[in-house]
Amino acid sequence: MTNTDQELNELVEPKSVRFDEVLELESSGRLDGYTLVYETYGTLNHDRSNALLVCHALSGDHHVAGRYDNSGKTNGWWHHLIGPGKPIDTNQFFIVCSNNIGGCSGSTGPSSVNPATGEPYGTEFPIVTVKDWVYTQTKLSDYLGIAQWAAVIGGSLGGMQAMQWSISYPDRLRHCLLIACAPKLNAQNIGFNDVARQAIRTDPDFHDGNYYQHQSAPARGMRVARMIGHITYLSEDMMGQKFGRNLRKKAKFDYEFTPEFEVESYLRYQGDAFINKFDANTYLLMTKALDYFDPAADTGDDLVKAFEPMKADFLVVSFSSDWRFTPERSREIVRALQSNKLNVSYAEVTSPQGHDSFLLKIDDYTRVIRSYLNRIAREPRPCSDLLDKGEQNV
Amino acid sequence: MSKLLNTSSLSRYDHQIISQWVEPGSRVIDLGCGDGSLLKHLQTSKNVSGYGVELNPAMMDKCIDNDVNVIQFNLDQGLGHFDSDSFDTVILSLTLQSMRKPRILLEEMMRVGRQGIVTFPNFAHWRNRWQIAFGGRMPVSDELPYKWYNTPNIHLCTLNDFHTLCDQLGFQIESSIAVRADGKQTIGLKTMPNLFGEIALCRFIKR
Repeated sequence: MTNTDQELNELVEPKSVRFDEVLELESSGRLDGYTLVYETYGTLNHDRSNALLVCHALSGDHHVAGRYDNSGKTNGWWHHLIGPGKPIDTNQFFIVCSNNIGGCSGSTGPSSVNPATGEPYGTEFPIVTVKDWVYTQTKLSDYLGIAQWAAVIGGSLGGMQAMQWSISYPDRLRHCLLIACAPKLNAQNIGFNDVARQAIRTDPDFHDGNYYQHQSAPARGMRVARMIGHITYLSEDMMGQKFGRNLRKKAKFDYEFTPEFEVESYLRYQGDAFINKFDANTYLLMTKALDYFDPAADTGDDLVKAFEPMKADFLVVSFSSDWRFTPERSREIVRALQSNKLNVSYAEVTSPQGHDSFLLKIDDYTRVIRSYLNRIAREPRPCSDLLDKGEQNV
Repeated sequence: MSKLLNTSSLSRYDHQIISQWVEPGSRVIDLGCGDGSLLKHLQTSKNVSGYGVELNPAMMDKCIDNDVNVIQFNLDQGLGHFDSDSFDTVILSLTLQSMRKPRILLEEMMRVGRQGIVTFPNFAHWRNRWQIAFGGRMPVSDELPYKWYNTPNIHLCTLNDFHTLCDQLGFQIESSIAVRADGKQTIGLKTMPNLFGEIALCRFIKR
């Protein structure tokens, strides 16, 4: 739409903060302390009213925008959405993204060293949930001096996290953007997650989760997990368009079990690339957090009731070809927001790219995000008593 | 849905009349809200709250720019998205004639709201009658600029037809006005609205 998109001038650097306090988790597990690694872009304004929190998805991390070097290979995962003049404009907003606990990108997770033992946590690391992530992010908010976010934004699992923010801490955000999200996983979603987990856990190199001590990793399991995950992120049409039944560098079948079709080698490549950048125990934890997420579980399966504490204004976006979290799942969210008479806009973007659409540059999608963020930027700033209230909430 | 009709000069006038029928501070839903300008007008002048419904993706960001809550879905799928009795006024402005099942949509409007406001091109306008009677062809006008084979306006009706349907559905017409697209008032319009009105505006409630 606009030609004003620019890149952040400076290279970005992750920061980290340590919280030396006992963290009691929803699973009854506990951590004696934890580190959150995060990045920020843009400048926090004087009254601290222009801060946006971005929540990452299953395999994402805190590096949502900018770049680490000039190689062109270190762009953040929402690079095209966040930057000067981009739909989420760093000239207007101060943007924060943190790696969730249980992660493997710097925040405390299974591959971190347990101070009590001097060894990686491995399977000692407790199960973490979306609620736990949101709680730890309130600690980060306090640390950064942000009493109330202008918006909390997330796609997929990150959207669930944003939703949880608006339920658990309704006074600490003014807007909430839920993209390619669902109010809870269905049986099919959980089934796919368990296939991924089984692939990892039955890999002989898994060593009951303590593969770090064996200087190994369940690479075969991770590859299968990523391959099946990847299939669910794409659409049938997209895979058909991209690969069809094309053979790899040959015209005829070899009648062998080596990868013959393009789609096979693509998925294997994706799987192999994932092994080197993601920790298997983290993958297990993230998929469990997805499975457990269900805000209506506390309100007798009544999503309208679960949303009663909410105060934020919402933008909900879904994608026509997303079969992992279909548009109908987003409509469930929208209906429950409407029943609570909350301000909500809902865009159902036509795109062939499946669930992955939320990561891509799609005109109808980015225009809506840009308009919504402009609307936030236009708003009168919150009064100071609200800011005080936010701080007391902590 | 905003481009079904040529409404450039009409829409402001249309909005003025609708605005008179909407209670200040009430809950309103605008079905086929286009760029959200009617709702924006009602939000500013009457302090209403509510939602617009629109299918056209090009209108989503325009509604948001207008500070209007917009929900993207197809009205032909009904209003299942909305709870019963959740609005004071349900507006269907210049959209009825393009619906696949207008009767069901009207019933749905009265399920979710207390008062309905429908505006539509009056097919009984004398110029349309003239084109059929003497030209022997389907009418093409400024308001209905399409040919019979490419028109999205598949359920055209007259002011009298609409009154009859409301009667069958048990709706009580509270106000019924026919206007010219240019907003001019004439004696013919007052005495014979079904002949001289280009656009019909009706307000109704459940009997």
